Amino acid sequence: MNIERLLIANRGEIAVRIIRAAKELGITTIQAYSEGDADMLAVKLADESVCIGPAKATESYLNITGVVAAAIEKSADAVHPGYGFLSESPEFARAIEEAGIKFVGPSADTIERMGDKVAARQAAEAAGVPVVPGSKGRIESVDEAVEVAAKVGYPVMVKAAAGGGGKGIRIAENEDELRTLAPQAQQEAAAAFGDGGLYVERSVKSPRHIEVQIVGDGKKAVHFYERECSLQRRRQKVWEEAGADCLDEETRDKLCMAAVALAESVNYRGAGTLEYLYDESKNEFFFIEMNTRIQVEHPVTEMITGFDLVQEMIRVCGGEPLSVSQDQVKKSGHAIEVRLNAEDPFMQFLPWPGKVESLKIPEGEGIRFDHFMYEGYQIPPFYDSLIGKLIVHGKDRADAISKMATALDGLEINGLKTTVPLHKSLARDAGVASGDFHTQWLEPWLEAGNLKPENT
Amino acid sequence: MAQVISPLPGTFYVKPSPEAALYKNPGDPVAIGETIGLIEVMKTFIEVKAEFAGTFSAYVAEDGLPVTAGQVLAEVVV
Repeated sequence: MNIERLLIANRGEIAVRIIRAAKELGITTIQAYSEGDADMLAVKLADESVCIGPAKATESYLNITGVVAAAIEKSADAVHPGYGFLSESPEFARAIEEAGIKFVGPSADTIERMGDKVAARQAAEAAGVPVVPGSKGRIESVDEAVEVAAKVGYPVMVKAAAGGGGKGIRIAENEDELRTLAPQAQQEAAAAFGDGGLYVERSVKSPRHIEVQIVGDGKKAVHFYERECSLQRRRQKVWEEAGADCLDEETRDKLCMAAVALAESVNYRGAGTLEYLYDESKNEFFFIEMNTRIQVEHPVTEMITGFDLVQEMIRVCGGEPLSVSQDQVKKSGHAIEVRLNAEDPFMQFLPWPGKVESLKIPEGEGIRFDHFMYEGYQIPPFYDSLIGKLIVHGKDRADAISKMATALDGLEINGLKTTVPLHKSLARDAGVASGDFHTQWLEPWLEAGNLKPENT
Repeated sequence: MAQVISPLPGTFYVKPSPEAALYKNPGDPVAIGETIGLIEVMKTFIEVKAEFAGTFSAYVAEDGLPVTAGQVLAEVVV
């Protein structure tokens, strides 16, 4: 192993996860922490620790100069950024590289390229990965919009070429609507941005969110199959699965191999995820973006494939070739992860950073609980509300759901409000059981009052 | 003198955004239900409202710093 001293520039459950993976590889772990996190579990588990500033994230976990200085001070030869915070900051990756330290992730240039929506779309197209069909560039007239729409297929979304923030967006179901709506969009775009240029693309209705896990070593890449994360609230994933039972084998294969092609075309190093919208009615998928880091929901992939993705990403970023070839990646059964947040689901998900008075964790075959709690731990109010992830592995989807329901019944976290009741309710819901959902399913389900104390 | 207490632990702010003016200055009238400050808790912003009317005296907690639940944020002369 080329890495001997790894600084973990993150907190919470992912810091604990990284420490465990690094220790198994025989690496000395150094936990960076803010003043608000001095008593977190990762600090207790790490071999060494270093304070990087005040509780406020902008002055600690998001402070590039401070984190780089801590890595140098502690003689770290590698830095793991986790997810969130600086994990997808090209400036951070570059500063780490320039300090002669290995960044556990892709190069700063790759992060920059895949972080730019237009550049990422171009890279995807060049690698033969389908993107949402749309106009090649800006269009100026209604006739031109109609011409493009006829090619990409209705419904289409018309939006300001200069835009952002939802200004000037219209959805047209057919040509008549487009002829009415395009001039409106043009006016709104001109008023908002001083530029009436438009962009037309296919509107994917009620899409499912499918993503593919890849790991690359800078030359070769392999995929670890797909996940489905369609159950979302306010664009935050709530419940994640591996695999996506809505896909047929041929589509799954295309989706996964397209991800490998894109990863290899950008000489990807580390763990990454390609996110797709999937239109079930047309059996079509479209690339939307690439996340150049480990993701919250990586455990479901580990459960069905048996690989430790965090160890693999550390190894390849230390300079080793991939330890696995594509034909060695097999999957079995079905896995589900639920995100447990310190929020009150019966009070509009109000944050609830309490003290963990007692903790009972379900155990058994195919049950995993990734978290950073211990009895007596005060959850700090300064960061996001994720306190843990309950993951189960069953022989098929129905078995996994039933296992999740049982595991949730065996989980007790006293002293704070959590989203456990939401997950108990989802695990017993007929709509979830049928798998007939999409990214716009959960919010209306909540608004309709399906979450009731008696259903949990 | 009445005290405005933080309902939650978090980070306290005396302005709705960094560029905005203070919610209250000393001598300002305070009405019931009026926003006195903001608590950021787990990336969610919650407004702290006055539960009594009077005249604003001063902020006791500092802008942008951590506060605990029950900590005094400001004082109002009632």
